[in-house]
This record gives sequence, C-alpha cells and structure tokens, in this order.
Amino acid sequence: MNRRKIKSLQDLENLRQEILVKRDPQKTRVSICAGTGCLALGARKVITSFKEELKKQGLEDTVEIRETGCPGFCEKGTIVVIYPEGIYYLQVQPGDVPEIVEKTLVEKKIAERLLYTDPVTNEKAIHEDEIPFYKNQMRLLIGDNIKIDPKNIEDYIALGGYSALAKVLSKMSPGEVIEEVKRANLRGRGGGGFPAGRKWETTRNAPGEPKYVIVNCDEGDPGAFMDRALMEGNPHSVIEGLIIGAYAIGSHEGFIYVREEYPLAVENTSIALEQAREYGLLGRDIMGSGFDFDVTIFRGAGAFVSGESSALMSSLEGKVGAPQPKYVHTSVKGLWNKPTNLNNVETWANVPLIINKGADWFTSIGTEGSKGAKIFSLVGKVNNTGLVEVPMGITLREIIYNIGGGVLANKKFKAVQTGGPSGGCIPESFIDTAVDFDELTKLGSMMGSGGMIVMDEDTCMVDVAKYFIDFLVDESCGRCVPCREGLERMSEILTDICEGRGTEGDIELLEELSEVMKDTSMCGLGRTAPNPVLTTIHYFREEYDAHIKEKKCPAHVCKALIEYYIDGEKCTGCLACLKACPEGAISGDKEKVHVITMEKCNRCGICYETCKFDAVIIK
Amino acid sequence: MKKMTINGIVAQVEDHWTVLEACRFYGIDVPTLCHHDGLSPGGICRLCVVEIGKGERTKLVTSCNYPVEAGLVVRTHSERVIRDRKMLVELLLARCPSSKTLQDLAAKLGVQRVRFKVKDEKCILCGLCVRMCDEQMGAKAIGFAGRGKERRVTPPFDIKSEVCRNCGACMYICPVCQLRCQGPEPPSVVCGACLNVEPVCLQDNDDVMCYLDSCGWCYKVKKGVEK
Ligand SMILES: Cc1cc2nc3c(=O)[nH]c(=O)nc-3n(C[C@H](O)[C@H](O)[C@H](O)COP(=O)(O)O)c2cc1C
Ligand code: SF4
Ligand code: SF4
Ligand code: SF4
Ligand code: FES
Repeated sequence: MNRRKIKSLQDLENLRQEILVKRDPQKTRVSICAGTGCLALGARKVITSFKEELKKQGLEDTVEIRETGCPGFCEKGTIVVIYPEGIYYLQVQPGDVPEIVEKTLVEKKIAERLLYTDPVTNEKAIHEDEIPFYKNQMRLLIGDNIKIDPKNIEDYIALGGYSALAKVLSKMSPGEVIEEVKRANLRGRGGGGFPAGRKWETTRNAPGEPKYVIVNCDEGDPGAFMDRALMEGNPHSVIEGLIIGAYAIGSHEGFIYVREEYPLAVENTSIALEQAREYGLLGRDIMGSGFDFDVTIFRGAGAFVSGESSALMSSLEGKVGAPQPKYVHTSVKGLWNKPTNLNNVETWANVPLIINKGADWFTSIGTEGSKGAKIFSLVGKVNNTGLVEVPMGITLREIIYNIGGGVLANKKFKAVQTGGPSGGCIPESFIDTAVDFDELTKLGSMMGSGGMIVMDEDTCMVDVAKYFIDFLVDESCGRCVPCREGLERMSEILTDICEGRGTEGDIELLEELSEVMKDTSMCGLGRTAPNPVLTTIHYFREEYDAHIKEKKCPAHVCKALIEYYIDGEKCTGCLACLKACPEGAISGDKEKVHVITMEKCNRCGICYETCKFDAVIIK
Repeated sequence: MKKMTINGIVAQVEDHWTVLEACRFYGIDVPTLCHHDGLSPGGICRLCVVEIGKGERTKLVTSCNYPVEAGLVVRTHSERVIRDRKMLVELLLARCPSSKTLQDLAAKLGVQRVRFKVKDEKCILCGLCVRMCDEQMGAKAIGFAGRGKERRVTPPFDIKSEVCRNCGACMYICPVCQLRCQGPEPPSVVCGACLNVEPVCLQDNDDVMCYLDSCGWCYKVKKGVEK
C-alpha cells in the first residue's frame, strides 16, 4: 500500500476529517471483542456467524463488523456491542447470532436475554454505562478498546489518535514535553511507581549516544493482563506515547519487549508499527518534523524475572534474561551500556492523554502522590472479575464492592492481595484504604503492576503465603544467595507449618529471613519477595499460631491439619458418601450412621460435598 | 581522588575504586566469598554488604561492585549488616556444610547454629570458577545453567567442553572443592573448631578489649588519627 504520508498537524486533521466523512456515524456497526480472553471463549466463531448471518440477510453492505480489543469484562465474553445505539450484549455464543441479527439489526429491538442482568435486583442494563462493573470505573485508557479495530490505524486516528504526537512535534520542545510529564507527576505503572518525567530527564541528560527507549510488556504476574489488553487492543496509544517519549529524550531507536506468550499482542503491534510507518508517523522525518525514530518488536522469553529492567535489557542484548549486578541506573547505562529509558505499557499509553489534555487535567485526578487512573486485574472471589480502570484514590472497598459486585456467594471478605506475587495481603480492617502508591506501600503491600486478588473467609493465609513463595521459588533467577536460598527455605518452613510440622520460632525465623532478603537481594524480585510472608504474619498472626501451636487450620484448607468426620445426629445412612469416597474410607450400612476411618482418608473433601444432610463435618 | 567516610574515618579514595577496595586499602576487613581480586565482581554471595547513607535513609549495597562516590558514608559493621551477613552464612552453611571456607566464615562471624534443614550440596554457586575460566583462562568451558533452585555450574550441554584444557583453575579457586572441612558431618552443621581466633590487634595494643573484626580503631591508633 502506498499511502500519503502525514506531513503536518494540518495533514493529520485533514486525514481525520476524511475518515470521518467516509464513515457514516449512523451506520450500524457490530463491535466484537477479539481479545485473547474472548477468543478463548469462542469469539472467532461468533465473528464468523455474524458474517454468515449478515450475508444471509443481505446486510453485508449496511452493517459493519469490527473486531476489537478487550474491554475488560472477560468473564462475560464474548462481548458484542451494537452501535450507534451502544447496546451491550454479554456472553454471546455463536448460536445467539441469528437472534441478534434478526431482532436488533433488522427489527431494531433488544435481545433482552443477552443483556447484563443485575444478580441482586434482576434489572437489565442496556448500555455500558449502566452496567455496574463499568459504571464505577474511569476508563481513560481501556475505554476505547471496544471502539477500535487494533489492526486499522484509521480507527485510532478517527478518535483523535496521533494528535498528541502532532502537537509535540509542531509546537513543543523536548524540554517542554519532559516538563509537562513531570508536572503531571506520571508515575511508572510497571511496579516501582518511579516518576516517569524524572527518568526521561535522566536519560536525556546522560552522556552517551545513541539513547534507547523501551516498552516493557513482559507482564509476568500470574493473572495479570492489563498490558496485554492495551498492547493487543490499542497498540497505537502505546506507540504514540513511545514516539513522544523518544522525541523528548532524544532517542531514535525503540524496542517493544513482548512476552512470548502474547502472540496476538505481537501480531497487532507489528501491524500497527507497519501502518504507522506507511502514514509517516514512524521512521524518517516523522510528520515532516525532521525527527527520526523507529521501533523493533522483541519477543521475550516469558520469565517473570525478565521483566526486571536489567534482566530485560540483557535479554534484548541476546544474553540470558537475568538481573545484572550493577549499581548504575539503566537510565544512564542500560542497553549496550547506553542511556536507556524503560517504561511500562500503561505508563507509555498515558503520555498522549497528558499531552492532549494537559498536566493540570491529569493532576486533577487522583491523590496527592498518585495521579491519573490505573488499570487493575481484579480476580479471585468477587462476583465480577476482569480489568478495571479506576482513578487513583478510589478505595479498595469501592473497587471490590461497587465494581467487583462484592464477594462471591455472599461469603465474608477476608483479604485482598495487591501488587502481584510479591505484593502483600491487606485485611478487612484496611479495606477503606485509598489506592495510592504510598498508601499501599505503608501497609506492607504495593501497587505493583496492578494485580488484585480478592480472598474470602475460606482462604488460609499461611497457604496463600506459601502459594506466592512457591511461585517465586520457581521464578527466582537463582543468582544471588538471599533470594535463591532464602526463598527455598521460606517455602520449606511454610510447608512444614501447613503440614503440621511447624515449631515455635518459625515465625521469628521467617521474619528475620525476610528482613535479610529485603536488605541484601540483588534485584527487586528478592527484595519484595518476603511481602506476602510479612503481611500475612503481620495481619493474620493468629492463623500462623493456630497452625503451629494447635495444629489447626482455621480456614480448613491445610489438609494435614483437618479431619473429616460424620455427625451421628445428622447422618441418615444414605450411603451417598460411602459410594463417593475414592479411598473407601467410609463404612456403614443403609440407614445406619456412617463412620470415616481417618487412616484411610486422604482429605479430598468429596464426602463433604456429597452429603445432602450436612452430616460431614470438618474439624 | 574522592573523599568519603568509612566507619567514621575520612577516607581519600581513587576515583575508579569500589567501596570494597576502599575498605581494604584502609585495612577494614569486609568479608567476601564470591569476590576475587583478579576477577570481575560477582555480586552473588552478598556477604560484602555495607550500609550506606545517613540517618533514616540508609540502605545496604554490595561493596564489591559499588563504585566509590564523593561524600559517601559507609558503615561496614553496623548491627543490620552483621545480622544480614550471619543469616547469609547460615543459609550457605545449611546448603554446603562441608566447605572449610564457609566454616571459617561462620566461625569468624559468630554463626553458631543453623536453623534450616541441612543439605549436602557440593557447590554454593558463587560463580568464581565460571569467571576464572572465562576471564583468566580465556576458555569459557563452563557456565551456569537452569533457573532458581535448578541453577548449576556445568559445561555446555552437560558434556565435557572441547575448550577445557584441564588447567584446574576452577578447582583451585573453588571455596568448596579444594577446601573440605574435616570437622562436621551432617547433621552437626557448625564445626566450630576454628572459633578460637586470636584478635589480631592484641599484638599492637596491650589494653585493647576488641575481639571483633577490624573496627578501624587500631588503624586510627596506629596512624595517630586519634589518641
Ligand atoms: C522481578 C521483577 C519483574 C518485573 N516485571 C515487570 C513487568 O512485567 N512489566 C513491567 O512493566 N515492569 C516490570 N518490572 C519493573 C521494571 O523493572 C521497571 O521498573 C519498569 O518496567 C519501569 O517502568 P515504569 O517506571 O513505567 O513502571 C519488574 C520488576 C521486577 C523486580
Ligand atoms: S534477587 Fe532473586 S531474581 Fe534477583 S538476582 Fe537475586 S536471585 Fe535473581
Ligand atoms: S474426605 Fe475424601 S477420602 Fe476422606 S472420607 Fe471423605 S471422601 Fe473419603
Ligand atoms: S564449583 Fe566452586 S567455584 Fe564454582 S560456583 Fe560452585 S562453589 Fe563456586
Ligand atoms: S563478595 Fe560482593 S557479593 Fe560476593
């Protein structure tokens, strides 16, 4: 394709107008989420069904189908939105498509059964802003995902895309751009929360050429997918931010580091880069400004630790992606020992917003120390799971109850884990804490990249600590002693506690070991790894004590510390559990009280689930 | 030259030095395990940690690869540093009790118990052999493989490398292979036979009460910095 290159701010505006004129706003458009989540739920088949159905009805020319990125409510996929009305259909199956076409596209009626239904009030919601999950969010970055086909740059430009870049290149000096980002107090979304503007300035001022800029899309936290959603769903927003940053920093070469497990992100980003080049938004003489910059995609090995800055850069250099024992900041000496600025996907995506709407607008959102909005991956025991974008300063309670719809199955809330595997668990007494880099750190947890796992009363906090430590044992690069040896020993001690071999002094040893790991580990992994242990000890010490001293697991999770038995009063002798027990541990005759032989029981809990009379009891 | 402070002593240091080199120049003994003067810093054992900064905002860094800075304030034997070093040795000793180097370090740092389950590994993964083979022998016949718990030293693909000249440098430098402690047999992890160390400063100072590692006091006395 030979496209006209955009040579100025005016060119971009003209192009935008052309696109808008070409597009009839009243034309019926079906946005179908083709993000990884919905694809896994069968979105591809839904899309094909739509195409076939439209053909059958002869609607191919009047209805446009748009395959979009992920709007965040993945558990309710496949998500289909009909524009211009904005009718929001959830959990659409290929079989539902004829009904949608018939009812909504032809008859202009709503297919009630595919709408969101409030689980409490049973009320239906037609539009996005009526669905509680979305209503209480502030969707600055992720909100456009459902409107954009990430494979088509015109969609992004139609919404005003690349206007921030045009503004920067035509009206702002690099110094002014850095000043604006500094004034916005944009803090890194990838974990540390370091002010982006200051980092840019360091790289700009550091001696050495060339300078590099990098997008960190390694996203190794289990259960997190906010970076994937942005990179897949709206790659141009990240690329635009990156070009602006490169201009401010004085860099002509950039990299997007995407983990191997994100093939769709790689595909959409590659297409986006190619299209940006065709339009003269990337490459030589960008928009006629004389500024040259280009970007290469790099597919990372997909280890958690390779997201760490020095590890990521050694991976880019073609070495093993392990942290480097260096005390020089990568912003001064990074990739190939040249000044290198690394930011997270979400950090970059915020840049065009700040340039367009201004630092004053950005700082009007959030708290004193944390500005703007942040995307979280809300998972665990909540009614609504998915990606939620909220203004900084919102409380954990608001996220969990107003957006997440409260704890699943009306169980009692116990804790929320924020910050990814090396974050901390925050108990109910702090649920009104505002989401803010510094507030979360004060509680012993952290913002991290935005993981948020809700836990209910059936969660054992020692088991939770063990779960995260075991994850980190596998992910530690193993280079330095405190992290490698320390994590393994932590796991050993926690396993002992969970299996009834805990001894007095274990808690103190865990605490001492934690302090040493925080002090002496080489990289952020080892230095933050003790957080899950320290916070669970701090807020749930009595649970540790119960395991160690009484050999009991209060949440009935640790198998070695629980016993199943049958309550003679309630047992009707129905034989159900007896038949269900895989170990043959239950004896009894019809209509006689059944008994569990503890020696044979493997604590699978099947009898507990099976008994209709609640006669099986856990002690 | 740069001026910095080590344990309260004002030190004049060369621009290209590491903090470890500065400490050693001033006779302050900072324990190391993965460090060797002829090799690049490893930053692996973390034993050489020192506390830098003032007041509330101090942090620990490894002195073997931390470059000197003008005005840097360093404490090599603060309470936090001592606690951390002891824990590191305890962790290493639990992994590899047969290393005489480790037993000596344990004795020197006063580590008298090991609270972890004792293993009997033959390698502490200090990487000295790997760096020796690469940097001094120019062979690169061995390297690290595996991540985390699985990390180990091995020739490529686990078969003897063609570039290995059997020079033995790796064994020479290894703190485990060459120096096997004869003392403990697991599970009695801490040997303790060498605990009876003479404080070196006694020879110079009759009235000194110090049984610890170099606090720097003797230096001050010897050089007449303080009287
Ligand atoms: C073990 C470890 C894993 C990390 N993984 C990621 C990651 O997946 N994505 C990311 O953006 N930052 C990650 N970071 C943080 C990066 O080192 C770096 O601080 C960040 O990319 C800087 O960008 P920001 O300032 O925009 O957040 C990780 C850090 C550590 C210590
Ligand atoms: S802290 Fe852990 S992950 Fe980081 S360098 Fe040390 S061993 Fe590797
Ligand atoms: S817990 Fe499982 S193994 Fe034990 S008695 Fe019940 S069904 Fe059988
Ligand atoms: S073999 Fe010896 S020198 Fe090599 S890493 Fe292991 S302990 Fe260190
Ligand atoms: S001597 Fe510095 S880390 Fe080992």
